[in-house]
Amino acid sequence: MSLLRPVWRALCAVALTLASAAAMSVEPMAQLAPGDSQIGFVSKQMGVPVEGQFKKFDAQIAFDPKKPEGGTVALQIDMASATLGVPQSDAELPKPPWFDTARFPKASFQSSAIKSVGGGRFDIAGRLTIKGHTQELVVPVTITQSADRSTATGSFTIQRLAFKVGEGEWTDTSMVGDEVQVRFKLVLTGLRPL
Amino acid sequence: MTLHWLLALMIVGSLSVGLYMTGLPFSPQRLKLVNWHKWAGITILGLTALRLLWRLSHPPPPLPPCIVEAMPGWQLVAHRGTHLLMYLLFFAVPLAGWAYSSALGFPIVWFGVVPLPDFVPVNKEFAEAVLKPLHHGAAYVLGAVVLLHAVAALKHHFVDHDGLLDRMWPFSHQGHAR
Repeated sequence: MSLLRPVWRALCAVALTLASAAAMSVEPMAQLAPGDSQIGFVSKQMGVPVEGQFKKFDAQIAFDPKKPEGGTVALQIDMASATLGVPQSDAELPKPPWFDTARFPKASFQSSAIKSVGGGRFDIAGRLTIKGHTQELVVPVTITQSADRSTATGSFTIQRLAFKVGEGEWTDTSMVGDEVQVRFKLVLTGLRPL
Repeated sequence: MTLHWLLALMIVGSLSVGLYMTGLPFSPQRLKLVNWHKWAGITILGLTALRLLWRLSHPPPPLPPCIVEAMPGWQLVAHRGTHLLMYLLFFAVPLAGWAYSSALGFPIVWFGVVPLPDFVPVNKEFAEAVLKPLHHGAAYVLGAVVLLHAVAALKHHFVDHDGLLDRMWPFSHQGHAR
């Protein structure tokens, strides 16, 4: 009996640790369904809207839509996965004047505050880092839910030159406009009901 | 006649820019030229339509009888054929280029201001396999026919000395208002 006591004690310690860990992670993590999710961007080349996509990205979404204040959203985008659908342009994107993926393989977003504005809409404030340059911004997100999945959509506009995307001769905004619209649709499983 | 020379300049210019830009590497220069080329092509298309309407309501004067008599039959056939083919290609080349751009997923925004509709859906394989060779091939034929047209006109002037060019020459006092 005395031999079993340390084992029993160890088991109790593990159980306690697990319980406290569960209590600490107030917000359950939602899972990203990468195949159905999209992150795209639209720039203007001499007035012509040109659409691009990021094919690889990951997200950690831990928030309860009913009390969003305590939640967090983090996103990492693999910049080498960017495509404009034209091989000649795609060959240029990873180079230093554009995304410089050798030095900056990932862009990221980290939320600092989430606020509900009603009707499944949320304002997510946070820091967006692209090519080593960080900007504060507020991203409006709309969440819709079906039986087993939630879809978070939204768009926002950034200035590419604030992130030094398009350097040298490409800083000319009459060629490629400064404003770039980012559009996203993230399909999630495991998000709590709205 | 003003339209003839304006279009002549624009068509020769667009053919040259088209030929030059396809060899350029990815650069602002190339982007600029590609867009100018597209804008010029659409402008040529519109002006050609205007010119055709004008010609239908104001037929050009027939060839002077002395010139017709001096020309062998095959030249008269070539004369008609060249003009017909040129008009056909004035429409076909820009339209194929427009379709090629649309199918690649780059709608044309005329002078960066007026977005034009896409009359073919985005389909990159179709663009590369069909529309690109169609646009390029038709443009080469147009270049050849325009050259033939110019050489024939110069031959009438410098070899035959028949004064045919006078009626098209913008600085000639004999020129017909056309």
